[in-house]
Amino acid sequence: MRREIPLLLTAVIGGIMIASFFVPHEWASVPADYLQQCAVIVVAFGYVLGGANVFRVNLDAIFKRHRDWPYKLVLVAGLLVTLILGLFVDRARFQDPGTPSLWIYDHLYVPMNATMFALLAFFIASAAFRAFRIRSAEAALLAVAALIVMLGRVPAGDAMLRAIVDHAGVPHAIRAWRISDLQQWIMDVPQNAAKRAILIGAAMGVMATGLRVILGIERAYLGGGD
Amino acid sequence: MALERLERLDRRWLFLVLGLLVLGPLLWPLNLPIEPSRPSRQFNDAIASLPEGCTVLMSCDYDPASRPELVPMTKTALRQLWRKHCKVVVTVLWNGGPAIVDQTIEETADEFRARGEKLVDGVDYVNLGYKAGNEAVMVLMGQGIKSTFPLDQHRHDTSTLPILRNVTNYSSFPLLVNISAGYPGTKEWVQQVNSRFHLPMISGCTAVSVPEYYPYLQAGQLRGLLAGMAGAAEYEQLQGERGLATHGMDAQSLAHLFVALCILLGNVVLWSRRGGRA
Repeated sequence: MRREIPLLLTAVIGGIMIASFFVPHEWASVPADYLQQCAVIVVAFGYVLGGANVFRVNLDAIFKRHRDWPYKLVLVAGLLVTLILGLFVDRARFQDPGTPSLWIYDHLYVPMNATMFALLAFFIASAAFRAFRIRSAEAALLAVAALIVMLGRVPAGDAMLRAIVDHAGVPHAIRAWRISDLQQWIMDVPQNAAKRAILIGAAMGVMATGLRVILGIERAYLGGGD
Repeated sequence: MALERLERLDRRWLFLVLGLLVLGPLLWPLNLPIEPSRPSRQFNDAIASLPEGCTVLMSCDYDPASRPELVPMTKTALRQLWRKHCKVVVTVLWNGGPAIVDQTIEETADEFRARGEKLVDGVDYVNLGYKAGNEAVMVLMGQGIKSTFPLDQHRHDTSTLPILRNVTNYSSFPLLVNISAGYPGTKEWVQQVNSRFHLPMISGCTAVSVPEYYPYLQAGQLRGLLAGMAGAAEYEQLQGERGLATHGMDAQSLAHLFVALCILLGNVVLWSRRGGRA
């Protein structure tokens, strides 16, 4: 029964959710709405579980003096301070102007979050120089497309091409060409065709997996190595 | 000799040059001309074609990491909507986003108030705040906006807000404006709401996620698309503004040129090494 009941629940709930998509009747929509509300509650519980797990994993690493344990200490301290301020000092008003929670958000979370993302630019420049090596025809095609899209997306691309064309004495008909138009064509045609193929392939894979789960053929989510 | 030195180049020199190339145009703008692309024009036209005074749903699904790309387009969209006297109902599906979205709304509303125009929270706009659940929240909103968000960001009872008096579900909106940094975002709104509830939608997103949304744009599921900071700058251009995205584009232009140069130089080094061995 430990396996049969979860399998039955999955099949019934999966069936209801699929039916609600295609059957505009309250027999399908009412249970589906209820299940959606349950899903929202379960996700909210997930945050509690996730928070508890962060504490468990990091406190264990701190006590056992694992590698980089001082960073984990900072993480746990930050989590505790934010949690205590939110729960006991700011309470429901934790997002209002002037509260300690919002101060932490504005002065710590926002700059650190933005910094992590901004650092990508430096690593991309370094990777472009050291790792983007053209060793085959396919890599050459990728590099040419990347250069066109990269330059076509910014005003400097067209400005640079215009300056080169003006100084090179290029025929008048070619002077009208713009790298941004070429970039738009790459995005509209070859990129779109490839992306659509990937999307359709992935969607069919999701449908097949979903059906396997609902029908009880795929049981890996139950655990136990089945 | 020069190529050998280039091959052994410390990457910190690359970081320094890139840093200067980004900083320089922010301090001394180059004012490079910006030409709006077709997807950006479509985004602009979709809002321009809305009836005056209608109520629009806007989902701002991002956190501070995407601030330079997404906050400028959020502000320009709010300005365009409020110039048309549209009412805006805002939701957030990213847990790191409610505060930054709230600040963005209030900063833009303050611009209008400074000009003597009356914009009242709960009457002309409302931030419903964050709700956990991703796609489940999107589907629940199709059953009822007020039942999904009983309280707004500032804990006002949504059933008493004048802006939501005539709002029931997605059928109450002529358009969804989604500003998205990833998951959950544009893809999920298209799959769960556009295709299921037939709510027309437009999207502004980070540059890295644009290729994923182009099929939806071409299929007409998205009626317009702003692609990253470049899209935001083009949108500002269409609205006759010189905002944060326009200022940032000069820096981004030089950074793109530098990355392109890095690719070329890296390969020149590779080819010269191969040539030397041959």
